[in-house]
Amino acid sequence: MPRSPERGSLARIGIFVGFFVFLLLVWEGLKFIGGDPWRTDTWTWEPPLEIWFASDLLLPHVWDIFGALANPVQRGADESLAQFLLGAALYTWREAAIGFVVGAIIGIALAAVFVHSRLLERAFVPYVIASQTIPIVALAPMIVFAFGQDVISVVIIATYLTFFPVTIAMIRGLRSPDPRALELMRSYAASRWSVLWKLRMPASLPYLFTALKISATASIVGAIVGEGPGGIPDGLGRAIINFNSQYISGPEKLWAAIVACAILGIAFFSLIRVAEIVALRGRGMRTEAA
Amino acid sequence: MTSAAPAVGVPLPPTPGRVARLGRGLRYYAPAVITFVAVIVVWELATSSAPEPRILPPPSAIVAALIENWGAGRWPLFDSARATLYEAVGGLVLGTAVGVLVAFAISRWASARDSVLPFAIAANAIPIIAIAPIFNAWFGVTNPFSKMMIVALLVFFPIMINVTRGLTQVESSALELMRSYAASDWEVLRKVRLPNALPYFLTALKVATTLSLIGAIVGEYFGGSTTVIGRVVVQSASALRFDVTWAAILLAAVTGIAFYLVVVALERALIPWHASVRGDAPA
Amino acid sequence: MADPNIDPVGRPAAEPASVVRIRGVDKRFDAGGQRVTTALSGIDLEIWRGEFVSLIGPSGCGKSTLLRLIGDLTAPTEGSVEVNGKPAHAARLGREYGMVFQAPVLFDWRTVEDNVRLPLELLGLDRSERDRRIAAMLELVELSDFARHHPYQLSGGMQQRVAIARALALQPAILLMDEPFGALDEMTRERMNSEVLRIWQQTGTTIVFVTHSIPEAVFLSTRVVVMSARPGRITRVVDVPLGNPRNDLTREDPRYFQLVTEVREALRAGGGFDTDAPMASADRLNAEGGIG
Repeated sequence: MPRSPERGSLARIGIFVGFFVFLLLVWEGLKFIGGDPWRTDTWTWEPPLEIWFASDLLLPHVWDIFGALANPVQRGADESLAQFLLGAALYTWREAAIGFVVGAIIGIALAAVFVHSRLLERAFVPYVIASQTIPIVALAPMIVFAFGQDVISVVIIATYLTFFPVTIAMIRGLRSPDPRALELMRSYAASRWSVLWKLRMPASLPYLFTALKISATASIVGAIVGEGPGGIPDGLGRAIINFNSQYISGPEKLWAAIVACAILGIAFFSLIRVAEIVALRGRGMRTEAA
Repeated sequence: MTSAAPAVGVPLPPTPGRVARLGRGLRYYAPAVITFVAVIVVWELATSSAPEPRILPPPSAIVAALIENWGAGRWPLFDSARATLYEAVGGLVLGTAVGVLVAFAISRWASARDSVLPFAIAANAIPIIAIAPIFNAWFGVTNPFSKMMIVALLVFFPIMINVTRGLTQVESSALELMRSYAASDWEVLRKVRLPNALPYFLTALKVATTLSLIGAIVGEYFGGSTTVIGRVVVQSASALRFDVTWAAILLAAVTGIAFYLVVVALERALIPWHASVRGDAPA
Repeated sequence: MADPNIDPVGRPAAEPASVVRIRGVDKRFDAGGQRVTTALSGIDLEIWRGEFVSLIGPSGCGKSTLLRLIGDLTAPTEGSVEVNGKPAHAARLGREYGMVFQAPVLFDWRTVEDNVRLPLELLGLDRSERDRRIAAMLELVELSDFARHHPYQLSGGMQQRVAIARALALQPAILLMDEPFGALDEMTRERMNSEVLRIWQQTGTTIVFVTHSIPEAVFLSTRVVVMSARPGRITRVVDVPLGNPRNDLTREDPRYFQLVTEVREALRAGGGFDTDAPMASADRLNAEGGIG
């Protein structure tokens, strides 16, 4: 089967949007067939079937979700849900971003150490890998206990989730140069430091960005999940917990919060993707997302 | 011009004898083992005398908490682990099955691929764990199925993306070879694409097993029946019984590693010829 | 002389049968936009049963493209290509030829014998016939001891031999080889040349062989087709009346050297040594019919 030819970016966006619209149609379509009755001022529609998860409680109408964004976040509050979520998202993003940067630095540093010392690599890499099997949320209460109910706890969690993909990818990336390129550097009597900066680092950028895209999402997940036990009132994590407990009275709010999480995740990911394109331009390599 | 075996073309030297291999294996793992032992010793010495409540109890206390209630014939922590594992495996199977099916479907049609794949990559960037409360609302908080659905959703994307890649990223020279045999699309699928996709699938499966356990536990964090690991962690932490918390974590970690190693064994059995399994490829 | 086990598909040996007939073939590639590359122009060539024909020429002369036209891996813009008396397309569907590429293109996940088995599976032969042919082919290329090995355990030359065994497993009337030994070192290459000749003599298959190497072309062939570039065309066909069987002594025969010189001069006359500015590499790749 031949590979599809490079479609114009416009066409790709078109298909992407088209698929999104398709999903929305499926969503409302299910409610049309088997949800709760649709009531407007002028007419009522009674769906013929009964699909248990298509009720208004479990699957609110898309327009109800977006409508809730315009309403006040709470009875009598000044700001709308949209403003509230925007603020919460930015707050969470700040935590995640700090964790992301710190985690990336640690990951790169660790990888650089491991690449230069096989002994240390063999000693520690198994634990680096094992660390990821420990569900960080389980450590969260203890981190909070140690560092207090403060942003620092959340940042630590986000860092923890970030450094692993970066370490593993950078180990591979720093080792990726052609042995002949390394020989060339040796013929110039280049120091290890020079080799690191002039050859290994540039060669590892594609690998790094692959990992950073994963880490972007991971740091946000870490921030959201950590805010709960961390007792952070201002982030999306707390918003989800609150709206969850208020679910019966207003399911749209929880869904709206989830949409906010999704947008945050995609936005951060896209930011890294743009950075990747800029950093890797001119290499003539396929910068396809991992 | 007979087939006297020339120097050129002799295959790899014979694999070393058993004893030699064992020795080499030990030497390879020695630094990791030494580190482990050293850390445990230092940890024990440093924390034994710390005041309660200890965030980081000594290993001896953790092990004690782990085998607590042994005498009573119950092993509540292990029951918790089993319950969580049940959720994780259930979701893993579900998500993998659907992921593979979708991958087959979209690898067939380039237009489907163009629309679905970017979506999948974007969806992968969404903190899926945020859907956990919704699934709890749909399926019931104490129902393990709600956690299975989270795991299935988490696992679906890496599996689907990787299997699609494995089915479509075939060397063009291999496809040309099949064309020279006038092979049908079905034959190309069976004889080229499927075997090519197997390593990709197994790589994704390694990621999936880790994700499944973490997904189950994090999902439990948002609500679950009292026996599962996630709840044990939350409850023991709020009761400041950190030794129990650590014991639960240890159990979860060991389970996760065992899960991962199962896939590694699967790899060794199914694709021994692959560069990554042979050990030729770098880390 | 031919092994009764391994007879080529073909017509009765009474009259010299034409295995490949190329008439008035042009091949043009749309290199995107306005540019059209003419890879081949006005090709007329006839190849008879049992011949060993080499195609030689500078980069961009279209020799690989010509080979792929015979194999129906691409279609002519003008003119016709007939294999075994039928259009090339039908010959491909009838699996009447075997092809060996520059890279062995073996499947990593199959053992050596399973790789040779591949075309036989596609042909739908029953198991006993399949096993018989595999054993015969591996013996032909002298790799019977390596049947259970995986490709990564073999050297480049051995992998190419497996590719040859695979190509011959279908017992094709015609074997197409596209610079199969280009990636090998000189000594292995000479050994492989002798191997190919031995196989040719044992099976009686017609062989069309693309190469860059003048000595190789003369050593192996009954006829050498010299091509030139821009546009790709046949400038001369040199008969090689060296006796059979050929061996190392042939390489020291004065007539061999004369023929090598003759081919070299034909190449030079056709503009064969890239004295002009070379084509842009993308065009050249296109003209050659893609990679390899």
